[in-house]
Amino acid sequence: MTARSQKHEMLFFALRNTKLRVGVSILLFFILLTIIGPQLTPYEPNDFVTSGAFPPSSEFWLGTTTFGEDVFTQVVYGLRATFIVGIVGGGLGMLIGLLIGFTAGYWGGIVDETLNMLTNIILVIPTLAVLLIIAAYLKVRGILTESLFIGFTCWPWVARAVRAQTFSLRVRDFVDMARISGMKSYKIIFSEIAPNMMSYLLLVFILQFGGAILTAATLDFIGLGPTNTISLGLMMNMAVLWSALILGSWWWFIPPGLAITAIVGALYITNVGLDEVFNPKLREM
Amino acid sequence: MGRYFRRKLLIYLLTFFVAVTLDWCIPRFMPGNPIDILISRAGLRGSAVQTMYDYYTRVFGLDQPIWKQYLNFWASLFKGDLGISIYLFPTPVSKVIAGAVPYDLFLLIPSTLLSWIIGNNFGAFAARSKQLDNTLLPFSYILSATPYMWLGIILAWAFCIVFRIFPLAGGYSFAMKPNLSFAFIGSLLSHWVLPFLSLFIVQLGGWAIGMRNMIIYELESDYSHYLKTLGSPNRLIRKYAFNNAILPQITGLALKLGEVVAGALATEVVFAYPGIGYLILQAIHNEDYFLLQGCFLFIIIGVLAANFIIDIVYLLVDPRMRAGMQGETA
Repeated sequence: MTARSQKHEMLFFALRNTKLRVGVSILLFFILLTIIGPQLTPYEPNDFVTSGAFPPSSEFWLGTTTFGEDVFTQVVYGLRATFIVGIVGGGLGMLIGLLIGFTAGYWGGIVDETLNMLTNIILVIPTLAVLLIIAAYLKVRGILTESLFIGFTCWPWVARAVRAQTFSLRVRDFVDMARISGMKSYKIIFSEIAPNMMSYLLLVFILQFGGAILTAATLDFIGLGPTNTISLGLMMNMAVLWSALILGSWWWFIPPGLAITAIVGALYITNVGLDEVFNPKLREM
Repeated sequence: MGRYFRRKLLIYLLTFFVAVTLDWCIPRFMPGNPIDILISRAGLRGSAVQTMYDYYTRVFGLDQPIWKQYLNFWASLFKGDLGISIYLFPTPVSKVIAGAVPYDLFLLIPSTLLSWIIGNNFGAFAARSKQLDNTLLPFSYILSATPYMWLGIILAWAFCIVFRIFPLAGGYSFAMKPNLSFAFIGSLLSHWVLPFLSLFIVQLGGWAIGMRNMIIYELESDYSHYLKTLGSPNRLIRKYAFNNAILPQITGLALKLGEVVAGALATEVVFAYPGIGYLILQAIHNEDYFLLQGCFLFIIIGVLAANFIIDIVYLLVDPRMRAGMQGETA
């Protein structure tokens, strides 16, 4: 089969995969909402637009908080923070993981031993505990700082996965051929080994993206999220802190959590769908 | 076997070393003088400022060379001295943490183990069954995408506010003092149910999905096909598949611990459940950095200990490992 027809086959299975379609549709919906959402609302996330908490109405689509802030405005601005954390945090974690995984897997020996040890150590330490301590000592925290810290702590999974894959690929004939023909190591990694695991890397990135979003949500909820902007986790934090539960303002804490669940769930379902597209064994007959 | 243990122990010791070093580094290398920050944030007045200033200078030992500060940190750590809590002044941090730990264990151990057992069995049952795969699997994915605290908030809202079945906050009724009466134990349990449920439910989805995928993988393997051609009953093949698939799930349990602990911290915040997570929240609000660092160390030690226990269980469960063990002693 030629590469071209193989691509067509992928596309064919991608388009008729229900999981993929559902997952990508939900993601697109939220991405659109993030982009055009701020245009749909005349308010800023921390504007006091009315007095006190009101349930959803035609004027305030998702109701208002105890302070009279518009929940819909907060959600669409919070979504932006969520996507930034996912892309920057997940992306950075991916990058570091790739670097360490390729290095360890390709060179093996003492380099591998050392890097593998490092990976295992970071893997055992509960990431959130480290993030808690760092965040607590930083007085001003931005969304980018948060993403960077998440990125620097979430890479071990990627490193492990990439290392294992590189290990199995580097002894293949075509890699040996490249080596014999005098290709430089980094070139072998990026032009011979990496393309063979592209589909796998895409899946790993999707999981990293979702993981970064969940970590950020937990951090924000505990009160160590960004200090200068709104986020979905922070909304839940405020809701619990200001007794939205006892007052019964369900419209304050349900939307932010629902948005996170929908985005991360859609990412997971997309992941499974893509897996089925890439791996014929898993396809539903 | 000996090699396996030595390697694991080395990793755990190194991890502990790195964690303690991080715990020591972070306050010192963050911008600003930690003592000034601590004093100004603690909002102390009058003579208390001087007392705390002296105390912090002594504990941080900032007048000493940096390597000596580091050694001192280790020395006091081995004496079990984690400093004194500001939030519950003058209780030592180690004592505050010791009071919170039973709640954590009581919450984490049952929820993790039960969700692991039930999730695995359910996942094994759902694998290759088209109906279950199409209905309950998406549901499992949604569950594993749910932030722990959000499920906690929803449960709290539904069962505490709307239906008024369970109490909302605390580890036991505020009207009671800890004692060994049935009323008190009942109160403990009724406060425990919802945090337990939110941890249990979120974890369940992940285990079910993992097991389902593992079983499908095993059912596609050569030995399953061989058994099938021999005409073995499906139940037997599934049993073998399960036995093989459960091993990676044990490793998975060790790898997931960090995430579970994070989830427990957030859940405790929702329910004001008096475990480590709640302590961390109080420590952050009261700028109690000794307590925060103590909690951090304690979480690390707990996760390392749990990892070690899982390693031992793995040794006992995996027949290949057992064989290796006997081979070495023979």
